[in-house]
Amino acid sequence: MTAFATDSTPAARTAGIPFILKKALISAAVALVLFSLMIGIRTEAGPTGQLIYWTRFGDLAAVVAAVFGGSIVIELLRHWLGPADTRQIIPPAVQRGLSVAGSFVGPALLVFTLLVPVIFYDQRYILDLAILVLTYVMLGWGLNVVVGLAGLLDLGYVAFYAVGAYSYALLATNFGLSFWVCLPLAGILASLWGVMLGFPVLRLRGDYLAIVTLAFGEIIRLVIINWQSLTGGPNGVSGIPRPTFFGIPLTPGDDGLAARLGIEFSPTHRIVFLFYLILALALLTNWVTIRLRGLPIGRAWEALREDEVACRALGINTTTTKLTAFATGAMFGGFAGAFFATRQGFISPESFTFQESALVLAIVVLGGMGSQLGVALAALAMIGGFELFRGLEQYRMLVFGIAMVLLMIWRPRGLIGHRAPTVYLKQAQAISSDLVKEGHG
Amino acid sequence: MDYFAQQLINGLVLGSIYGLIAIGYTMVYGIVGMINFAHGDVFMIGGFIALISFLVLVSFGLTTVPVVLLIVLLVSMAITALYGWTVERIAYRPLRHSFRLAPMLSAIGMSFVLSNFSQVAQGARVKPVPPIITGGYTLHEGAGGFVVQLSNIQIVVVVSTVALLLVFTWLVARTRLGRDMRACEQDQTMAALLGVDVDRTISMTFVIGSALAAVAGMMYLLYYGLVDFYMGFVAGIKAFTAAVLGGIGSLPGAMLGGLAIGLIETMWSAYFSVEYKDVAAFSILIVVLIFMPTGLLGRPEVEKV
Repeated sequence: MTAFATDSTPAARTAGIPFILKKALISAAVALVLFSLMIGIRTEAGPTGQLIYWTRFGDLAAVVAAVFGGSIVIELLRHWLGPADTRQIIPPAVQRGLSVAGSFVGPALLVFTLLVPVIFYDQRYILDLAILVLTYVMLGWGLNVVVGLAGLLDLGYVAFYAVGAYSYALLATNFGLSFWVCLPLAGILASLWGVMLGFPVLRLRGDYLAIVTLAFGEIIRLVIINWQSLTGGPNGVSGIPRPTFFGIPLTPGDDGLAARLGIEFSPTHRIVFLFYLILALALLTNWVTIRLRGLPIGRAWEALREDEVACRALGINTTTTKLTAFATGAMFGGFAGAFFATRQGFISPESFTFQESALVLAIVVLGGMGSQLGVALAALAMIGGFELFRGLEQYRMLVFGIAMVLLMIWRPRGLIGHRAPTVYLKQAQAISSDLVKEGHG
Repeated sequence: MDYFAQQLINGLVLGSIYGLIAIGYTMVYGIVGMINFAHGDVFMIGGFIALISFLVLVSFGLTTVPVVLLIVLLVSMAITALYGWTVERIAYRPLRHSFRLAPMLSAIGMSFVLSNFSQVAQGARVKPVPPIITGGYTLHEGAGGFVVQLSNIQIVVVVSTVALLLVFTWLVARTRLGRDMRACEQDQTMAALLGVDVDRTISMTFVIGSALAAVAGMMYLLYYGLVDFYMGFVAGIKAFTAAVLGGIGSLPGAMLGGLAIGLIETMWSAYFSVEYKDVAAFSILIVVLIFMPTGLLGRPEVEKV
């Protein structure tokens, strides 16, 4: 695990067996020192409150052996695949075929998604999972506006999700407002918070902005935990009303939707309704994003992502441009939050931790920063992958972290696709900046 | 007044720990220009290694406290430094010339890896240790029966922080390695042309930063008497706040910022509310970045095209 140095020294290319063995031995030695205490010895608070420990040298040996073997495998793979920057040449015919097939993936996926409740009507588990995936698709598309289009690294996106969820929960439980009134309110409140946070901090550079958004996310969570009189603190808000079909409740009673339509009541109706609700919200997000992308503001976002200084030189007001991206993303986060609250019927600060932000961010990055289809596929892969690891609860985040690091090393621009700006010069300039650069311009 | 004096002492001790972590952030930011998001978790690993090595040494029958602590300190610094080196090697070096969000995301991934690794390896429960350094001095006995105390552990924390800081300042100002580090900070290409091994210098920066974080982790263990796998996250953000407050890239600034954050947090808990102390620290981060992006001792940044 320790030896994926990708600096391709000449020795690495002509790697012989002694070189590979030497590298694997060094990796194993490093792993032995790293894990000697952390894995070799296990501590735990004993029955009397005093710490006790026991040794696990077997596990330690296994891990070190795994690192040794893994290191050899990686070296061999690199030997066979060649240097990292080799492009595999695909024949143009195949490439064209692939791109034609690619243009069908989106519509096919959409049709399949529309049919999911029909196909899996009896399988509650799959419907619930599909709703969860769609929630993350929507969050991913919302964050995609901020990170993918405008290139602003937002580590506190979950704050807007929380604002949306608590807006609906509190307005509904305290004032009895219906979901359809609260949904726009949740979006407006979330984007208001986005503007409030964004206005002062958006002139910061990339990674400072990331830390500030992270701090903001934590502030919102801490305030929710501690402002007990309003939010119920760590106990959360319960008894959040379920959504109605535009005023008609989905209940077994006489005025319920089933009774009015004259069909037999089934609890699955509500699940199916929730499914189409989140699908509609997600598609709304997608549609708005695609429309915005073609407008001047969307082009300004993409230009900003590519080069901020050039944007300023061209007279684009970077502050307002960033602010609109931030507010738009926050609004969709707020919508998703309101949906989350009505679906769960109970929310607590535990649902809005930094891990959640990182998960959504990972979906956007995995999907390839700006690609709508990529984000949807990434959400499916990520949430599906999490479900596969359900049995290994404690290893889940560990695997997630490792995957994130490996992905960044292997394909920093995303696994599925990277969206080039909507408008760009088709022909390269005759004189590139490399030729005219003299000193620091 | 007595109450204030006591809080002042507590704040300075806490601030020393933050300062030690903040140095790691500021050094890495100065040279590589990235926020080493995993640094808080390296601090947590340092605390765990100190705890485990302490347990092992005690069970071998070593009971002389100063000797045990010295060995624990050295072991913890050495192994944690190796963690820092490995993290840089695996997660950051391949991305050095990648697009600008990549190292940050990789660092977030690494932070998850480290904290969840220690959760898997050592369990999720808080690990308490009995007080190792006990006793102290009563500085002043107030009229209302309020006693201002300075415990031995507080002295140990502050003295070792100051000592390390002196060694470290000497290292940066007087040695070959320090000169290389300063050269890389100014211009990596030029430094490489003049024969500085840039890769090695960056690795050493991570090693030193992690060793200091290990000291902070051990001090935290001794002072609060517990470690858990999640402590790196909040401590990391606060230390980063300290680094920003002091002016990122500036070493005395990091220490000053650490002390300031420690004092603010303690005073806020003492006079306003304990629940909102983290909110106060994070709000300071936002306010400082808005009004004083260069911090207390930082140099203004010139943007080049």
